Amino acid sequence: MEEAFVLLNSALRLSTPLLFAALAGLISERAGVLDIGLEGKMLLGAFASASAAYVSGNAWVGLLSGVAAAVALGLLHGYACIRHRGNQVVSGIALIFLASGLTGVLAESWFRQGGRTPTLAAEARFLPVSLPMADAIADIPLLGPVYSELISKHTFLDYLSLASFAVVVWVFKSTRFGLRLRAVGEHPLAAETTGVKVPSVRYVAVAWSGAFCGLAGATLSMAQAASFLKDMSAGKGFIAIAALIFARWRPGRVLGTCLLFGFLDATAIRLQGERLVVGKLPNELVLAFPYIATVLLLAFHGGRARAPAALGQPYLPRK
Amino acid sequence: MTSTLPPWAEYFLMPALNMVVALVGVGAVIAFVGEDPLRAILVIGRGVFGQGEGLAYALFYATSFVFTGLSVSIALQAGLFNIGAEGQAYVGGLGAALACLALDKYASAWLVIPAAIGSAAVFGSAWAALPGFLQARRGSHIVITTLMFNFIAANLMAYLLTNFIREPQAMQVESRSFVADSTRLPRINGLFELFQSHYENAPLNLMFIVSLGAAVGVWFLIWRTRFGYCLRVVGANPKAAAYAGLPVKRILVMSMLMSGGLAGLMAVNVVLGDQGRLVLQLAGGAGFVGVAVALMGRLKPLGVIFAAALFGILQQGGAELAFEMPSVTREVIVLAQGIVVLMAGGLEQLFKPWLSRALSWHGSISKSVDTGTT
Amino acid sequence: MRDICKRFNATLANDGASLALKRGQIHGLIGENGAGKSTLMSILVGLCTQDSGQVLAAGSPLPPGSTRAARAAGIEMVHQHFMLVDEFTVLESIVLGNEQGLTLAPSFKRARVRLQEISETYGLKVDPSSCIGDLPVGTRQKVEILKALYRDAKVLILDEPTAVLTPTESERLFAILRGLADAGTAVVIVTHKLREILDATDRVSIMRRGRMIDSLSTSEASVQYLADAMVGRHVNLARSRKEVNAGAVRLEARSLICDRPDGRPALRGIDLTVRSGEIVGIAGVAGNGQSELLLALSGLLPVAEGIILVDGYDVTKSTPHAIRKRGVAHVPEDRLGMAVVATMSAQHNFILGYQDDPRYGSQLLDEERIEDDTRRAMEAWDVRPAEPASIFSSFSGGNQQKLVVARELARSPTVVIVGELTRGVDVGAIEAIHERILQLREDGKAILLVSSDLEELRALCDRIVVMFEGRVHGELPGNADEQLFGLLMAGISAGALQ
Repeated sequence: MEEAFVLLNSALRLSTPLLFAALAGLISERAGVLDIGLEGKMLLGAFASASAAYVSGNAWVGLLSGVAAAVALGLLHGYACIRHRGNQVVSGIALIFLASGLTGVLAESWFRQGGRTPTLAAEARFLPVSLPMADAIADIPLLGPVYSELISKHTFLDYLSLASFAVVVWVFKSTRFGLRLRAVGEHPLAAETTGVKVPSVRYVAVAWSGAFCGLAGATLSMAQAASFLKDMSAGKGFIAIAALIFARWRPGRVLGTCLLFGFLDATAIRLQGERLVVGKLPNELVLAFPYIATVLLLAFHGGRARAPAALGQPYLPRK
Repeated sequence: MTSTLPPWAEYFLMPALNMVVALVGVGAVIAFVGEDPLRAILVIGRGVFGQGEGLAYALFYATSFVFTGLSVSIALQAGLFNIGAEGQAYVGGLGAALACLALDKYASAWLVIPAAIGSAAVFGSAWAALPGFLQARRGSHIVITTLMFNFIAANLMAYLLTNFIREPQAMQVESRSFVADSTRLPRINGLFELFQSHYENAPLNLMFIVSLGAAVGVWFLIWRTRFGYCLRVVGANPKAAAYAGLPVKRILVMSMLMSGGLAGLMAVNVVLGDQGRLVLQLAGGAGFVGVAVALMGRLKPLGVIFAAALFGILQQGGAELAFEMPSVTREVIVLAQGIVVLMAGGLEQLFKPWLSRALSWHGSISKSVDTGTT
Repeated sequence: MRDICKRFNATLANDGASLALKRGQIHGLIGENGAGKSTLMSILVGLCTQDSGQVLAAGSPLPPGSTRAARAAGIEMVHQHFMLVDEFTVLESIVLGNEQGLTLAPSFKRARVRLQEISETYGLKVDPSSCIGDLPVGTRQKVEILKALYRDAKVLILDEPTAVLTPTESERLFAILRGLADAGTAVVIVTHKLREILDATDRVSIMRRGRMIDSLSTSEASVQYLADAMVGRHVNLARSRKEVNAGAVRLEARSLICDRPDGRPALRGIDLTVRSGEIVGIAGVAGNGQSELLLALSGLLPVAEGIILVDGYDVTKSTPHAIRKRGVAHVPEDRLGMAVVATMSAQHNFILGYQDDPRYGSQLLDEERIEDDTRRAMEAWDVRPAEPASIFSSFSGGNQQKLVVARELARSPTVVIVGELTRGVDVGAIEAIHERILQLREDGKAILLVSSDLEELRALCDRIVVMFEGRVHGELPGNADEQLFGLLMAGISAGALQ
């Protein structure tokens, strides 16, 4: 039982960066802007937040810096795609190169530690917190452990990711911005005829996408690890896109898919080194597991049915 | 947006302009970290054109980039964005190494080298086959699957090298060295000796010629044959391709196979031409440079060659730069890649109108008429 | 609107056009495809910026190119292709762009109240919570009108409103518009259908080649006058047709059942025959399965049940390639999206579908021969400029269509199936293409023509089959009364006609 809780607990924590990234992609793509560059924005966010946290000794400064950096990169993508109607796939790929190159150069130049940032002290990180009364009720059968092992003992960012999910759902359904965003992603011309400024809405969506990627990156370098490591996003941005496609761009399914991935990841790590029926699991297989899982996911679910109708198409206003 | 640039502007001027902008961007970052960008440029220049070996090294790198650039181009011509060239090259290297390890003690170079080349291409193709198949059959987005396969390749190769290919007592995670006589690719030295420079150490080899041959081959295939026409139609308008009765799925898979094969060939340049054994991370980012090269070269072989040369120069210069200015790492090349890809793909329209207006003054453009509809 | 001029590169879309709209009047704006009507209206609504000239609302000029200014002046438009998001509910569609505040709840409340008022005043009732994607076309149009009324439209423009309506639905629409006009709105109907103008409008303005030819009261206009003004010369409304005896059955479909890609049924049992020397037309309001019929016959849409025979051979499960080899040529409805690769040259488009022809080489393409063939075809069909190497998209709509038709006819097919023969084609090219089709008929080809233009069908076809909801609803000779067609298209059964 104890084991199960530990597993579920880590599953939730592992799914956090994925959830943030998937939310980022959701916002951007529901507005019609294809976002393959989640990976790059995450990476830059991870670097910026770890660097700023180290330099300032303050986790919040780090967090904000990570968000700011990712937003900036996202707006660059937005500029290329919205203003210049560039190819959105190519622009996304460019973001990844830019982030990889930039973080590599800056990390080495600033910290001289072989491409990583210095280790963060505990105060400058986001560590798991115990929710109030967790210890007190820990002994109550069932309810106690569920509260103290499963619901408690996560970092601030983990809770934030779940809260963000709820907020995003609400925004989509019940706010003016959400309505306009959805309109712009399905039928931008129709939106324009009612007076909605398509480029503005898209820029805002892209900015928010950047913000969430920044949070994803900060989770990587400040919560899950204690520093930035070279290319630490390791494809998570792409796994998030796969999750988005699999979830058909519906927020509820996105949450489920990310949690599932987190669970699979946690299980694989748990099984590392364990004796199974077929012998020991090779280390590399465990490492490769998320990628294989993604391919299988896409193989079974495949295409882009039910994508936002205007996704990936640059908007040309008639003038 | 229908005025077209003359070919020389499209394939030389635009890529060169892209590279200039990229260098400006890189220079800005260099300045940002407190180094002198102009000095950096000089170091790069010196690293390539200054000493004897520099140019040869640059061309050696360019060879790899021609292969990966062609690989990405051919897939893109069919409408598939293959960013898995890195993994395909890596697995191609496995193929080349296996051929060498199996044959080098028993056969001469005349057998081993072609076997290695063939094996590399086959292995590279095989690695591209599944993503291609998944895209054609299931609609799985090729960008994601090929990228996943890059990661899977890295892990697979690490596993194989650590557990199977490594010599039992060896410390390094790599294969044994191949028997030099039967696997060493002929070096291209003769030409350079004319200039009385020391080029013996540069790994510029036969694959350079092969890469140029491959470029010609790709050009011929895509623009002169019926198959190439069909491939271009599939890439330009899949609906029209179906209407025209083309076997779209088959063409997509075949284009990925060819793409993977070309990427695999890149590995021969490194494994046989330089390392003489199988090592980790042999592709070293060349697969991704290939993306930038392909886009910069407008997917045309001639453009790819020129773009590959530019990136080869940058790579060699970057090595020199990392040596002289330790705070500027080789990642600047990745940064340059990013700017090039952004320019070439995302901001494509930025320069074209400006440039075509500038050139029209010389009267070297044919404007095609755009009829607006009411 | 005064002296509006607008140029799109080489084309002068609007040349000094002027238009005056009065309250309480239904004004018809008529003209051929390409006359400039849509451009003029786009300028009025602010979606397009005129090069010169003014738009005046109640005497004061509006800033050009501003949709906001136009809307503030009460100018609203119902576009030909609806500006609706399929995923949204009716309520969401109406509120979009008119929201009060950051959350939607207050906007929804206000909208419900307003909708109630409007429905009482004008009789336009729609369920606010229904999803646009589920609504039939006629109801969607109502939603579009509701959107305009919600914003207190003073000028309501409808662009080709009856293109997707049956004659009965059209009548209902005109009744609603009359009601709006009586309440003080200025209504503009942009159309190319002469009948509608005469039935529904108070005043009519005619455009031709960007110019406003005339503006007169509808009661003073006649069909002949309008037709002449539209085209600029005396139009022969009846086309001369030779007597041709229909020969053997070339194309046959039996009990054809097909589904659309998303699973919805498209064809529910179609029986069809086309003989040598006859032109069979398929009429019907768009969306009743005509497009799917063409795709199924050419092998592009899988057939669930039923048989397709070409010259007696079963081609039901055949690929497009095989069907083409059997002598079936297909001119698709969707020209730029399916029939061609617009970024390639004309000559490379000339071999599209026929690239396997040994004429053009075995493995290598014989570019010279391709160029020759293309050039000859261009000269034969008067395609200008006759440059095979030019990019396809650089040709005008009429020339593009000529190229496609030339390509499909070049290999002497026995059967020709065509979708929207002259959509987006200028008048001169239309006549040329029509003549060719009639010539083909005399040569003994079997021709199937799907068109949303009933007049075109009646001018060309020997007999016309009307499709409704995926079935053959009735068949009439080409020269039958238009009223009969209208009833069939609306789903009234043939029995009730007698």
